Amino acid sequence: MSVVKDIAAVAKGMGITFGEMFQPTIVENYPDGPGPLKGAKFQERFRGAHVLQRDENGLEKCVACFLCAAACPCNCIYIEADENTEQNRVSGAERYAKVYNIDYNRCIFCGYCVEACPTDAITHGHGFELASFNATNLIYRKEQLLAIKPAQLGEGVTFNKAEMDRQGSTAG
Amino acid sequence: MSLGLYLLVGFIKSFIIINVYLVVFAYTVWAERKVLGHIQNRWGPTKVGPFGLLQPIADGVKLLFKEDMTPPFVYQPIFTIAPVLALVMSLMSVAVIPIAPALHLFGYDIPMQVTDINIGLLFILGVTSIGVYGIALAGWSSNSKYAMLGGLRASAQMISYEASLGLSLIGVLIMSGSFSLQEIVHQQEGFFWGFIPNWNIFRGQFFGFFLYIIAAYAETNRVPFDLPEAESELGGGYHTEYSSMKWSMFFMAEYHNMITVACLATLLFLGGWSGPVIGPPILHTLLPLAWFCLKVAFFLFIYIWVRGTMPRFRYDQLMAFGWKVLLPLAILNVVVTAFFVAWFS
Repeated sequence: MSVVKDIAAVAKGMGITFGEMFQPTIVENYPDGPGPLKGAKFQERFRGAHVLQRDENGLEKCVACFLCAAACPCNCIYIEADENTEQNRVSGAERYAKVYNIDYNRCIFCGYCVEACPTDAITHGHGFELASFNATNLIYRKEQLLAIKPAQLGEGVTFNKAEMDRQGSTAG
Repeated sequence: MSLGLYLLVGFIKSFIIINVYLVVFAYTVWAERKVLGHIQNRWGPTKVGPFGLLQPIADGVKLLFKEDMTPPFVYQPIFTIAPVLALVMSLMSVAVIPIAPALHLFGYDIPMQVTDINIGLLFILGVTSIGVYGIALAGWSSNSKYAMLGGLRASAQMISYEASLGLSLIGVLIMSGSFSLQEIVHQQEGFFWGFIPNWNIFRGQFFGFFLYIIAAYAETNRVPFDLPEAESELGGGYHTEYSSMKWSMFFMAEYHNMITVACLATLLFLGGWSGPVIGPPILHTLLPLAWFCLKVAFFLFIYIWVRGTMPRFRYDQLMAFGWKVLLPLAILNVVVTAFFVAWFS
């Protein structure tokens, strides 16, 4: 009875599509979703826009050792170092980065800077909305790259200040 | 009813029906995208308005403002007329479809259809056949191989399946003994054995119903019989060379045909507007209309559902199925129905 079999096969197929209609959608509802990610989903290890982390006192972790700039295969990191003083203490060690620029025109998000960093100061966050109408906007300064709060507050700091400002959100 | 009043009522009814059909067309497209999306675990339109409900308007505006490009080497007069022909014929077939029982208003009986002619069913079959000319001529006048193939396929497919379509309806006609759609629906009111609706699908036309559905899908160029437009093989088929409003006229014609076929299936097999009617007099007017719309919506949903499930036929399979399976079954249905009607009357 191949006819009966064929009709049963069609009915089965129709049943599958009908059932799928009530399954949750697997498409990310990206720009309309809730939260700071707007519905996008990330793996923890996703290499997004960099975040310069702060220690538990809120001081910058970066000690201006230049290892990240040396590791960078595309020379997109520019650092100017300065000495910490009693009046102006920026990082926990002797030196701090007075200027820390990352040129996202050149950055290839390889993660070598993060591997090289001896103080875990520079990390890859989850920020990804980097598109800009003007290439000069893609050179991020230290003020934009810094985390807005110490790392132990909240579940790790995955967005830098520029991303937080862009999203108009305080979660992160 | 004087001639002036008759014309006025006719004009008002045509105006309302055409506009309602355009809105139903727009939201059928929306529903199709939404349902197909959810079948494939996607969202469908979400951006324009709540649940993407304003998407049809955005699409319409987009199509209106697109460049209306005419390729060189087309045969201009027919190239222009073909989409108009397809659209006009698809809208004309709507004219004889009754959507509710006659309305008693200001002492007049106003039938809820543009015109009640006693050969309504023949009229629809004839007009939809002329609609095929739109597609075939579009394919021919485009002077493009893909469009040509699409047009050829359309004409061959429509001729093949029109025979089965007509024969599948004859069972209903034998049972009701009338071509008038009003009359056919009136005969399906009430119940037999106390609870089963007196619809033709439950009165022995079960196979006729499925034959009609299959042939109708082929007639309206819908999946799994969408060979005339077959995007993957013909790059759009008969409307490959069309753009802007001319293209959307074909689009509208296809969906109007879908709606007409759904209306016809409702009227002939599912008892039209018959259904439980309760409550105050206003509900006695509105509920039949609601039943009718519900049944048509159900058919349109099945159209979309099938589109989300079925792959396309191969061309030789299509022809073999049409002539070797569907046509003999339709003839068998006619013979058996005629036999039973003769036996029991």
